[in-house]
Amino acid sequence: MINLAINGLPVSVEAGTTLLEAARFVGFPIPTLCHMDGLSPYGACRLCVVEIGDGPRARLVSSCTYPAEEGLKVRTASSRVVRARRMVIELLLASCPQSKVIQDLASAHGVRQQRFKQEHEDCILCGLCVRMCEEQMMAKAIGFRGRGEKRSIGTPFDVKSDLCRLCGGCMYVCPACQLRCTYTEPEKAICGGCANLAPPCLEKEQFDDLMCYMDPCVACEIRKDR
Amino acid sequence: MDRVDSLDKFSALQSRLVAALDPGSPTIVVPAGTCGQVSGANELVRRARQVLLERNLAERVRLRVTGCHGFCEMEPSVLIEPEGTFYPKVNPADMARIVEAVADGAVVEDLLFLEPATGARVRKQADLPFFRKQVRTILSRNEKVDPTRLDSYIENGGYSALARALRQGDPRWVVDEVRASGLRGRGGAGFPTGLKWQRLAEQPNGRGKFIVCNADEGDPGAYMDRSVLEGNPHSIIEGMVIGAYGTGATEGIVYVRNEYPLAVKHLAAALQQARELGILGRDILGTGFSFDIRMVKGAGAFVCGEETALLRSIEGLMGEPRQRPPFPVQKGIAGKPTAINNVETWANVPIIIQEGGDKFAKIGTPNNTGTKIFSLVGKVRNTGLIEVPMGITIREIISDIGGGPSGKVPVKAVQTGGPSGGCIPVERFDLPIDYDSLTKAGSIMGSGGMIVMDENTCMVDVAKYFTNFLKDESCGKCFTCRKGTQRMHEILDGVSKGEGGPEQLDLLEELALVVKDTTMCGLGQTAPNPVLSTLRYFRQEYLEHIEGRRCRAGVCKELITYSINEQCTGCRACVKACPQGAITGTRKERHTIAAAQCIKCGACRSVCQFDAVDVT
Repeated sequence: MINLAINGLPVSVEAGTTLLEAARFVGFPIPTLCHMDGLSPYGACRLCVVEIGDGPRARLVSSCTYPAEEGLKVRTASSRVVRARRMVIELLLASCPQSKVIQDLASAHGVRQQRFKQEHEDCILCGLCVRMCEEQMMAKAIGFRGRGEKRSIGTPFDVKSDLCRLCGGCMYVCPACQLRCTYTEPEKAICGGCANLAPPCLEKEQFDDLMCYMDPCVACEIRKDR
Repeated sequence: MDRVDSLDKFSALQSRLVAALDPGSPTIVVPAGTCGQVSGANELVRRARQVLLERNLAERVRLRVTGCHGFCEMEPSVLIEPEGTFYPKVNPADMARIVEAVADGAVVEDLLFLEPATGARVRKQADLPFFRKQVRTILSRNEKVDPTRLDSYIENGGYSALARALRQGDPRWVVDEVRASGLRGRGGAGFPTGLKWQRLAEQPNGRGKFIVCNADEGDPGAYMDRSVLEGNPHSIIEGMVIGAYGTGATEGIVYVRNEYPLAVKHLAAALQQARELGILGRDILGTGFSFDIRMVKGAGAFVCGEETALLRSIEGLMGEPRQRPPFPVQKGIAGKPTAINNVETWANVPIIIQEGGDKFAKIGTPNNTGTKIFSLVGKVRNTGLIEVPMGITIREIISDIGGGPSGKVPVKAVQTGGPSGGCIPVERFDLPIDYDSLTKAGSIMGSGGMIVMDENTCMVDVAKYFTNFLKDESCGKCFTCRKGTQRMHEILDGVSKGEGGPEQLDLLEELALVVKDTTMCGLGQTAPNPVLSTLRYFRQEYLEHIEGRRCRAGVCKELITYSINEQCTGCRACVKACPQGAITGTRKERHTIAAAQCIKCGACRSVCQFDAVDVT
């Protein structure tokens, strides 16, 4: 067991536990966006930062990726953490104002204004869909491409991957883009799962073991009626 | 070369090679690193060979082609040994005269370096102001060694440090020597190398350990690692083999960027030669110790210089940093313990082992030992690679070695540490150059880029340039780094156009501090440095842009106008140069610029010989 102190409270956890798990276990809330139980930690959204260490060596780390260490002092809501967290939310809000998840976060953390030029992006590159596809759906159909401001999520050369089973898992986990659907351009579609009228059922005839999160699916019902 | 299978045979080979050397024989040395070749060193070599053969001098005068010596401003240059005569900016047509003078033991006076301050000719390289204050332990080897020949390295004492380490028969001795030397990582962060090695050595050696040479040098305007790899690849190999012996590593990897073709070529040849001689591979020099090095070529992402991203890149994955701990020394390539050091760090290792750690620790200042190579570029008269002891002041570097500003206007600031570094203003030029004081001043040591800026440089524009670089080169994983650099660039772009109010600067500072705090890797944590350091030292300049809509350096295009003053002689040079046809006027009368058409390219100003074009 590893002993550490979270907000002054002594906690002992098993080796390999992350700070986020430890804090949540004892009941300290830490907001997250790119973290999901069942998916590997990634540390992309930086919402879950906590302060560790003392004095001049104190620093912020993402609690979802940082492993619990013996004797570590963790502060989950110091002024430095709160300031950073609010700026992250402000940046998120400036990029993706239409996401309900982000609006709720802003509301919960008292972010009332956004001082940057408003953008309307539909992806914050949290990588949940990429990990969902790879780790839970065993498909690896989508991945990150490019770097810096050109980074995006998609398939190589924007061609639909043969590995994609149109399960829609990627859309299910997305915190920002629930409504993103490129079904009008099926060749560029990441998953096509949103086409809840025909494609999943069409494919289903060819694949018996198709995992469909929409099951039971209205589209199938419609087809049966015909 | 035949395989050498014992330490004694290696020593015999080395003494044989050294005995065959005649230190007094005249030698023409032509530095032909990438910088030299671009400025025409290959043509000099060709001419020299031709003259040597035509005049039957090849027996008496030797020719050696080496890597870069550092004085890039004066290339293509020629160095004559043993006297150390230096000829700068040699024209191929003059090569015949130089070769003949060398054969006669004479000097071509009119081709010697002209000291701009005194107007006197300086003969010897060591007497040049550029070289006088330097302590060249690594770069001086570039002068002596032909990078394509293993013989040349061995006859200059190469691999004797390795032989010494192997003779000791105790890996701990190697680590102790490096610890005693106080060597700190030359890649920028300054982690004590000996400590890193000790931790690697302590790791259980179940399934192998790795050591990596990080040669993914990506800072704009920095090329120290390239010149060491090009000019002396065997020193890196020797350093790595010593490191492997000390730490028990089983495999070495040199991660070199593919944009350095000459470095790749020289390193590949050197690896092959070392393998043939028995320096690499199984049973090195008959000691039973086995180790090999392979080369991995990077695809050109700046972030791959960060150690965890570099490891992922070596594994064939996307170059993306990950959380530390676990540190690479615990879990690196394929989950095995890995130590990563910079090219310059590895190049220091043979010197430490040969001379002893204590002697190395005497150079520089306590806690910041040894020498450091900087690439001194920008608005300074002598640009090039310089190697100085740690603790030297910025003023000494810029005024004495660099020779002061290149133009008429005074120096304003120096930017150290590449895009992640900060700007240090002229008032703080008495700052000693070492890891700790640079960090305190808001900059970083970085890998050693040093860009000098004069009064014609706009600090807002500088910050904007570096954030633009970083927003493209951030890997994009951390939201705050990716979006933060974009937003910082957006605000800086607004400031450079005179938009917004002083509250924009507060927002910029707030954002920069959060980006520094919340990102995962070194790139993001240092990305706000250009912004924060310019805001700290040059806030007035920012305010002038916003409140006065004025750019005092005349750089930010939205805030300046070009006009022609009464100095104009009506020569029409600017009329011909203007790509927009915005300048009108009759011959021998003062011209005018139509502001509506002017695109502020500055073409008129650069052709004007009478200082008649004003920028306000």
